[in-house]
Order: sequence, then C-alpha cells, then structure tokens
Amino acid sequence: MNKEEKLQDIPAEIRPFLTRRRVLQAGAIGGAAAVAAACGAGGSTNDGSAPAAETVDKSETDKKVVWSNWPLYMPVDENTKAYTELDAFTAETGIAVEYLEDYNDNNEFYAKQKPLLDKGEPLGRDIVSPTDWMAALWIKNGFALELDQANIPNIANLNDAYKNPSWDPGRKFSLPWQSGFAGMGWNKAKLKAALGTDKLTSMDQFFDPKLKGQVVVLSELRDTIPLILSWQGNDPTQFGDAEFQQAIDYLQTKVDDGHIQAFTGNEYATALENGDVIAVIGWSGDLGQLGPDFSFDLPETGGSIFVDQMLIPAGAEHKANAEKLMNYFYDPAVAARVAAYVQYISPVKGAAEELMKTDPALAENPLIFPPDELLKRAYSAMTFTSEQAAKYNDAWAKLIGN
Amino acid sequence: MSIVQESITAKPKKRRINRTPYLLILPGIGWLFIFFLFPLSTLLATSLQKPAGISPDDGYLPAFKVSNYSSALAEYYPQFFRAFLYSGIATVICLLLAYPIAYYMAFRARKYRNLMLVLIVAPFFASFLLRTNAWKTILSGDGLVVSVLNSINLLPQDRILNTSLAVVAGLTYNFLPFMILPLYTSLEKIDPRLIEAAGDLYSPPSQRFWKVVWPLSLPGVISGTLLTFIPASGDYINAELLGSIKDKMIGNVIQSQFIDLRDYPTASALSFTFMAVILVMVYLYIRKSGTDNLV
Repeated sequence: MNKEEKLQDIPAEIRPFLTRRRVLQAGAIGGAAAVAAACGAGGSTNDGSAPAAETVDKSETDKKVVWSNWPLYMPVDENTKAYTELDAFTAETGIAVEYLEDYNDNNEFYAKQKPLLDKGEPLGRDIVSPTDWMAALWIKNGFALELDQANIPNIANLNDAYKNPSWDPGRKFSLPWQSGFAGMGWNKAKLKAALGTDKLTSMDQFFDPKLKGQVVVLSELRDTIPLILSWQGNDPTQFGDAEFQQAIDYLQTKVDDGHIQAFTGNEYATALENGDVIAVIGWSGDLGQLGPDFSFDLPETGGSIFVDQMLIPAGAEHKANAEKLMNYFYDPAVAARVAAYVQYISPVKGAAEELMKTDPALAENPLIFPPDELLKRAYSAMTFTSEQAAKYNDAWAKLIGN
Repeated sequence: MSIVQESITAKPKKRRINRTPYLLILPGIGWLFIFFLFPLSTLLATSLQKPAGISPDDGYLPAFKVSNYSSALAEYYPQFFRAFLYSGIATVICLLLAYPIAYYMAFRARKYRNLMLVLIVAPFFASFLLRTNAWKTILSGDGLVVSVLNSINLLPQDRILNTSLAVVAGLTYNFLPFMILPLYTSLEKIDPRLIEAAGDLYSPPSQRFWKVVWPLSLPGVISGTLLTFIPASGDYINAELLGSIKDKMIGNVIQSQFIDLRDYPTASALSFTFMAVILVMVYLYIRKSGTDNLV
C-alpha cells in the first residue's frame, strides 16, 4: 500500500486538521494515517460532498499550466521532438506548459488521485483528461472546477453534438479533447492469408476459428462491450444484467478455447506491428497512425465511440491558465493540425474546413471526420449505476484474468 | 572467520554494557517500524474492512470481516498456485544456469572475472520494465527466435509470446543475476587447495564436486534460491507483459484489485495471505537447510 492509499484512511474528522496545518511532511502523514488505521479508525467513507478546495488561483503570478494527458495525443515535431502546438501557445501567451503523458488508464489514474481529491489536496495538475464516463464520475463527486467560460470564447466552436452531455449539460465543467472509435483493426496481408479477404466487416469474421489465438481485445470494459452487445442483438446504450452476462459468457468461451490471446491497452499496436496478432479490437487513431498495411472499421452491427475530456481538477493552482490553454485548442486551425497528427475526431467546428485547405485527403478520412452513417453505428458507453459499475467491473476483471 | 574468533578471545576487557551497538541499530529499527510495521498494520486493518456501500466510491468501514480471506482464497487459489509453480520452475532453471557460470567465474575466469561481473550486473542499468518489454519484441511472431524455431520444427505451439513458457523464461531472465551473485561469492570463498587435496586422495571429479564443492557452496545456493524465488513469486510484470489471460499470477490479481477495482479489503487480504505463505515456506526451507552459514 503506498502513501496515497493510506491517506484515504484518515477519518473525515481529522482531515481538515491535517490539511490546514501542514506541519507534517508527506511521509509523516503516511505514518499518521497508519497510526489512525492501527488504532482501529482505519475506515473511510465518502460523506457525499467532497471538501471544496479553497486554492488560490496563481495564474497571474505563476505563468504555467500542468496537463496530464494520454500518450501519443499531441503533435510532436519528428526532428526536434518538441510539442509544436504547446510551444506555439507559450509563444502566444507567455504561459509555459508542463505536459505529462501519464494518463494511461481511467481507473488507475482515478484510484491514484482520489485520496488527494478526497482531502481537497491539489494534484499538481491543472488539466486532466478522463474519458466521458470517468469525467462524469469526477463531476458527480465534485472533483472538477467550474469553467469560467469568459476565458474560453472559442467554446462557440464546440460541435453541437457535444454541447449537452447528460452528465454535464451546458459544458459547465468539461470540454472534449478528442474523440474516437473502438472497433476492429487488422493486418491486411495476414488477414488475407488467413481468411482470404483483406476486409473485416463483422464480428462473425472476428471470431472465425481460423483466427484462433491471433486476436487481441481491448482491456477497457466500456470500449469492448458495446461491440459484443450490439452483435448479439442487444442495445449497448440500454442493457441490463442478463444482456451483460450474455456478452461476458460469450467472451469467456472465447478465452477458454484460446481464441482471444490477450486483453490489452495500447500495447496491441505493437503486437499488430510485430505480427503477433492478425486482428484486434482497438482504437481508430492508433490504427490510423500505424500506416497503410493496417486497416480499421466498425463492425456492421456496431462499435463504440468515446470522448476524452479536459477537466480542471479541484485544487488546481493555475485555473485561468488552463482555461486559456483550452481556448487555444478550440481555434479551428489549431484543432485541424492536432487532428491531422493524432488522427482522432476533433470536436471543434470548422476543423474539417481548415484541414481541407492543407490536407484534403485527410479531411475526407471517415475516421477523423465521420459521416452520419458511421456515427449511427457508434455507441457510447451506457452510464452505469454504481451498483452496475461495481458488479460489471468485477465480472470484467475476472474475465480478463485478474 | 578465524580472525573474528581471535579478536573475541583476545579481548577479555572489563564487562561494561556498551550502548553503541544499540544506538547504531536504532535508525534501522525506526525505519522498519515506520515503513514496514505501520504499513503492515494498516494492511491488516484494511484486509478486515467491510464495504460502506455498493460502489468502491462509498469507501470502506472498519470491521472484523474474516470472510474476506476465505472468499479471496476461494476465488484466486489458481493464481496463487501459478505464482508458486512458475517462480519455482524459474528458480530451478536459474540454479542450473547460474551454477556453471558462477563456478567458472570463481575458479577459471581469472582476468575475465571482473568483466564477467560487470556483464552480469549490466542489465540492471536498464529498467526492469524496459527489459521485459524488449522480450516482447524478441519473442514476437515475426521475430528471429520464433522463425528459427519454426523452421526447424522445434516449436511446441505456434507462438511463444503470451504463453506460460514466455512467463517462465522472462522470470528466469530477470532473476538470473540474483542467483549468480550469491553463488559466486560462496564459491569464490572455497580454497582451491581443498579440491586439489581431494584429487590427491584419488577422488574422481564428480565426487570432488559433490563431496567438496557442492556442500561448501550451499549457503550461496540457499540465499540464491531465496533471492530468486521470493521476488519472482510476487512479480506481476512478466505475467502481465509476456503471458496470456490464463497465465496471470497472484501479483496481477493484487494490483488489479487495488488499482482497477479499488477493492482494498480483498487486495489486502490477498497480500497478507501471500506474505504469510511465503514466510512459512521460507521458514521450512531454512530450517531444513540450516542458517548457520548463510551468507
């Protein structure tokens, strides 16, 4: 158990004492928490309302902003390895950006930061990038700061489709960063050798016995399950325990007979490149970045769509700077350059038109600027009740071998 | 050894309680107290907690829920078994590989000895994670190993990556230095004249080894196997990166319970059980083999 996890064990009554009087160094706080726990007080309950962080915004005096984002999600100059857009932002505003690629997994990041958020301690980050369903959880628990939209005039460029998600109507707390599909990706040559075609169109093909042991599936429950549910004729946006169990049972048979080699995160891209697998359930942008030997499509029965968000976490010390950074990336020209590099869907209106001017071929890529026909087949993960989330996460963890 | 004994017998000074040794171990004891005993007691307390609500977001309440242990064990005994099986096999292979290397270094290498030592320690300069990831590429489907083995029909399955073979190979590779180094130190202490003497008394080479070298190297064998087996059985990186869904070890379960599911009581119960099992195994092992001359 690390220090952060122990911090969570501090009972609510003594938390304010610890936060207000920071007489103890981090390590000693861990010790204090251990004492508390050892004395039998080691339980923690969420009292429902997270302590509001009373952090002063240092944006004016401290010209910086810290952003935790997913890996490979920001244009990089191939030669200098510099983040070109972030440098441009710094040149324009004088605000330095500390860009961390340490957001690898929604659950993991949340589990690591939650003890700090519970206590109202700053995370040392001004923007975090949870996926929509996880962003909903942050907002629900009061872990996100309300955006000052006056600082983000470019919010007008937000695509209408994203304006009113059920978990954040009016975009008071969050703005989409990029969006993408989870669907089938494959190695064209290897698929042709195995199945006689270089196009995957359905999940039936994906589970064709000829591909046994040659497929990898995303370890992210909410990305994978809609593909199976819709293929089984159920509605991925509205399902119950029976439908979920049906999907899990099917995947279990495919694990048992060795059809599915592994459940992975980003690593499936390496497995595809190394020839370890023929087909994957993966993310659209990754397959786009892999090049012309590989292809991606949503199954005809349906795939999933996710939207990664930008949130300002409670306790952020450079809130205004963070808002300025968000504003910068909502400029259509900037958004077009980002989309061209990361190959995901831009939520910014006008980005397609901008890209048309510079790279018409890319602007017509359906995975970056998806037509309605494709969007109709893309389901976003249903919002789980906490009971469902606990039950489904548990079943999923067992399925993937943990 | 003899020097120590001499100095003890040669010092019959006046008997006065010397406080210095106690003061010197104080920082060590304090360190263990804060960073081992305290966390351990939190772990124990956590392992007995009960959920306050349905979701992990509701937190956990202090309780005395012993059933956390039985349910965790009933659910995850295969991963426990696998952890000990894989690390056991890896330890045996490590011993078989390491002994000749250590023997060569101790008795034959001469001027290459230091070079060999450096080479054995060199992998530690790259991170554990990076080295294990490199094995992914080495063992990959289009990689050299698989294509060579395939061309001479030596591959039992059609792949190596994501099999138990890869996990055991990864564990063996990663923990081999922990076996070589203690073996080397105990072999290096052996006086070569003892072996010569055995030869002078017409002892054949195999007998010279089993009657002289092997018994004298036992302390190295014991510490080497412990240093390999204990961390290998708790390892989860190799199973995560090189294994399939059916090769997960107990470390994978604990990390997923802590990080993905935030089921702290189950994770703590598993950690605690794991530690207890290891402790019992090590205790029995050491009792059987003796600790007197453990390096």
